[in-house]
Amino acid sequence: MRRGREAHPPASRIPHPAARILVSKEKILATTTTTTSPHGHADHGHAAHGPELQHHFCTPAQQKEAATLGMWVFLVTEVMLFGGIFMAYAVYRWAFPEVWAEAAYHLNTPLGTINTVVLLVSSLTVALAVSAAEAGKRTRVIQLLLVTMVLGVAFLGLKAYEYSEKFSHCAGYSTPAQWVGGGEQHAVYECLVPGQAFLFPADKTTGVSNAPTVAGQGTPYQLFFFLYFVATSLHAVHMLIGLTIMGYLAFITWRGVITPTYFTPIEIGGLYWHLIDIVWVFLFPLFYLVH
Amino acid sequence: MATTALPGHNYLQDDASTVGAWFKSWFLTVDHKRIALLYLLSINVFFLLGGLAATVIRVELITPQGDLLSADLYNRAFTLHGIIMVFFFLIPGTPAVLGNFLVPLMIGARDMAFPRLNLFSWYLYMAGGLFALTAAIFGGVDTGWTFYTPFSSTYANSNVILTIAGAFIMGFSSIATGVNFIVTIHTMRAPGMTWFRLPLFIWSSYATSLIIVLATPVVGITLLLVAIERIWGVGIFDPALGGDPLLFQHLFWFYSHPAVYIMILPGFGVISELIAAFSRKRVFGYEFIAFSSMAIALLGFLVWGHHMFVSGQSVYAGLVFSFLTMLVAIPSAIKIFNWTATLYKGSISYRTPMLYALGFMGLFVIGGLTGIFLGIVAIDIHVTDTYFVVAHFHYVMVGGAIMAYLGGIHYWWPKMTGRMYSEVWGGISALIIFVGFNMTFFPQFVVGYLGMPRRYHVYPEEFQVLHVLSSAGATILAIGFIIPIIYLTLSLWTGKEAGNNPWDATGLEWQVSSPPPTHNFLEIPVVTTEAYAYAPDAAEQDAANWRPGSPL
Ligand code: HEM
Ligand SMILES: [Cu+2]
Repeated sequence: MRRGREAHPPASRIPHPAARILVSKEKILATTTTTTSPHGHADHGHAAHGPELQHHFCTPAQQKEAATLGMWVFLVTEVMLFGGIFMAYAVYRWAFPEVWAEAAYHLNTPLGTINTVVLLVSSLTVALAVSAAEAGKRTRVIQLLLVTMVLGVAFLGLKAYEYSEKFSHCAGYSTPAQWVGGGEQHAVYECLVPGQAFLFPADKTTGVSNAPTVAGQGTPYQLFFFLYFVATSLHAVHMLIGLTIMGYLAFITWRGVITPTYFTPIEIGGLYWHLIDIVWVFLFPLFYLVH
Repeated sequence: MATTALPGHNYLQDDASTVGAWFKSWFLTVDHKRIALLYLLSINVFFLLGGLAATVIRVELITPQGDLLSADLYNRAFTLHGIIMVFFFLIPGTPAVLGNFLVPLMIGARDMAFPRLNLFSWYLYMAGGLFALTAAIFGGVDTGWTFYTPFSSTYANSNVILTIAGAFIMGFSSIATGVNFIVTIHTMRAPGMTWFRLPLFIWSSYATSLIIVLATPVVGITLLLVAIERIWGVGIFDPALGGDPLLFQHLFWFYSHPAVYIMILPGFGVISELIAAFSRKRVFGYEFIAFSSMAIALLGFLVWGHHMFVSGQSVYAGLVFSFLTMLVAIPSAIKIFNWTATLYKGSISYRTPMLYALGFMGLFVIGGLTGIFLGIVAIDIHVTDTYFVVAHFHYVMVGGAIMAYLGGIHYWWPKMTGRMYSEVWGGISALIIFVGFNMTFFPQFVVGYLGMPRRYHVYPEEFQVLHVLSSAGATILAIGFIIPIIYLTLSLWTGKEAGNNPWDATGLEWQVSSPPPTHNFLEIPVVTTEAYAYAPDAAEQDAANWRPGSPL
């Protein structure tokens, strides 16, 4: 759909543009240059609507309804996808409540809290971007989307740091910085990354004085961390997709595709971003706050 | 060669002058009808591959000893058969081929709501299939199509991950199709096409799509967990590592019981269309059939535990699941009763699609009723994991889903290609399939009840008669499947021109030319009548006008 076609005569009131072939064939043939277009469909008369209306929809309202509903249905599938993990979580937490309470001490709750705030703010900026788009403030939309992306990247950065803490412990370093900078290596006293080397420590800081030292696999402790890693990394993958979408939206806004009458992409992109946030809002208490 | 021109401007026509352009016009098409044809070809190729594996299985089972295959190879053969047939033929089959072709045409739309997503789903399907086939070429898998843990996650030393990746990717292809159907049916109906004027095929496609979007992600994550567990040796489903293998079964059947309805519901929709068209009557109890599809979609989510009666789930859970399983049979029975009532005093013509429809009704009743047997805990404990179960699900999947698929392919073939196939060969092969099918699978009820376990390649001598009968039936069945491929293909060149409405049926798809134009409707139709608006006396009229020699 090139914008150049907008020069065509105004569409009649008939809902289906192609219907005009039947109504005024001569007129179409006289004005159109695209009767042999690869689609084989006759000219649309784009004057009645913007260039973004795809040929198989009758009205912009219909296209918008389809896009929005499509995103909602997709979100349902996402909820079910995470639902499988939540189901596993529920089963094992039911089976091993004490293990859960103890294991949760070993997650970095301050960082998790900061990340929660970061994501909630990013939800706000996306929501503001949608209303800015509706109001036609192009620069504002782009700014807000970029802020959202910065917040998203910050979230992933903190998450990556949390992960690297766990991995550096497995490698025998106290902090990721020492691991990277070649600091002092000590005997591995804990390894919370599930796998052959898994080692759950008797931790003095938990306050549980009789917490056992559990070496190796074969303990329910590792189930907690397995679910933690799977759930949060699946969430992180969704963040990456979300960031790509935000970047794309900022790009098309900059290109002028988004107008006050056509901002569906921002809306449904925003819906997706909100979903990712909501998933985190569930993950955070379920993993970090159950002690 | 009947070269009489088909109507100009149809979707099959190519303006492409170069090979590259032709290639693009098919492999980058966003036309739902072309995508349906892509699916038709690829799905049938998978069907043949699955059939090949079945042949190997049946040949092995002719003798009580394991003379053709080792136990290990036999495991790989039935796993390949199951995975291809379930994930790459039955689940996508009717929705992706007939649904893609028909949903927009039946509701008066120019395309699916998301044409590019539609094309993408085909690529996902092919990618998934490639993974599964690669796994098969590099030695196959031996877990069975159910991937039960901890065998699949810990002990199996075959290509589990590759196969799981295939099923996982294919799952997203079905999700894409499901999302597309739901949105299309909600937002793209022509003016006047109210929900209760929708053809029943649309209702059943809608119900199917609901199941797809709700259930498929769950199996997706479950398979992902199995793969992760396998790669990193962590124990979410491995009891040795604290995990619970039953959790896998729960998650798997939470998808896979609804998935059996993904396979059969579109078939129900096809049968409703066929019965109405060839009885020349409106469908009896339209609303009941429509709502029973929805009821099946919902109830289907509550009965997964009937696959786990002997897996160590609690007796009380077993009783509840047993009761719910009885409930889910009710909506299926409602459909059968309503179709029968539609036939009553109809002007029935035994054309090929109708033969399949009638065959479907008989076979599905047997399949459904034996399902109820299996849903009763006491009986199931006796016959679980025997050939009785194998016979049950083949009656519903082959006798039900495949019969409906074939019936639908025949019924809409003139619309898809613009040409008629040979009615004589059509009738003959429908009968061959019916006979071959029963001969293959009925003995399996008996041998299963007598105690023949499933998934074994050696068996006691006394079962040989029944196994040989079954293998002989399978040969006939195979012939029955091959004949249609031949005459349908030939019809593309030699078939009579079909005209817009060869069956004199109602429905928007029959109002456009055959094959339909690229954008389906030159003018979006305005619907003013209910579906199946045959004249109240159409059947009597037909009977009065009947002369020897007119079509049956
Ligand atoms: C009328 C309703 C139905 C009922 C009450 C029913 C009941 C059952 C039960 C209780 C089992 C478990 C048997 C066992 O493993 O011991 C079973 C297995 C099975 N059913 Fe059905 N069924 C019904 C319809 C269908 C349909 C429509 C299909 C597919 C199109 C189907 C496909 C299967 C399959 C594939 C299995 C075996 C799964 C496996 O273990 O590999 N069923 N059915
Ligand atoms: Cu079931």
